[in-house]
Amino acid sequence: MSIQTPLGRVRGYGSAKSGTQHFWYQRMTAVALVPLTLWFVWAVVRYTGAPHAEVMSFLSHPVSGIAMAMFVVVGLVHMLLGAKVVIEDYIHRESTKIALLVLLHFAVFAVALTCVVAVLRILT
Amino acid sequence: MSEARTKVRAAARPLAPHLQIYRWPITMGTSILHRITGVGLAFGTLLLAWWLVAASEGPESYAVFEAAAGHWFGRFVLFGFTLALVYHAMNGVRHLLWDAGIGINLQAANRSGLIVYGLTLVTTLVIWVVAYQSMGAWQ
Repeated sequence: MSIQTPLGRVRGYGSAKSGTQHFWYQRMTAVALVPLTLWFVWAVVRYTGAPHAEVMSFLSHPVSGIAMAMFVVVGLVHMLLGAKVVIEDYIHRESTKIALLVLLHFAVFAVALTCVVAVLRILT
Repeated sequence: MSEARTKVRAAARPLAPHLQIYRWPITMGTSILHRITGVGLAFGTLLLAWWLVAASEGPESYAVFEAAAGHWFGRFVLFGFTLALVYHAMNGVRHLLWDAGIGINLQAANRSGLIVYGLTLVTTLVIWVVAYQSMGAWQ
């Protein structure tokens, strides 16, 4: 039996894993996604079924191109944080869990780069 | 004396949950739906990537995307995508309000859950009506 208080025992070890970082990033991306999603929905409604040239002229404007890239990147970071928790909650076999988490990170990086490159190709 | 009292208590104790008459609490439904729509939207990002790549590739690739999106099954998937996006966004705002300490009690949470359900249905339908109109339907 130690006479240390519970607080004294854990002091100095730092937070368990990453502390509140995950929580904070999830909220920050959520807040950013509110206006970005409104804009995205407007854009999709406006340009649904529009001819290719019209879509291109919309996305090749720097403001809309950058907004689209931001929506994709912020959305995918938000999705990465959420999907990570879902995998950690439901997959209990350590090997499967780690494999899925690695796959998730690879997939998010690939999709994000693909989208950003596509937007850059339209912009230039 | 004390034995008799425990017996009476044991008999009167309700068997919970009554699975046959169990109703999902509203907050349970909204919470599970938030997660399901989130997972759905994660896969939906592939559609977004397809749209952007098709546009950047040129008119031929874009026509392939348009044909898939115009097919009844494509429309069905896109409707689900819209529904999931609108729900997740609106319920997400509800979560952000809770984080700010607003409406975080049972009555308010139940009420805001029903409001989110209603707003999601109305908003999704309005989006699709306006989208069809901008495509020149019903003219």
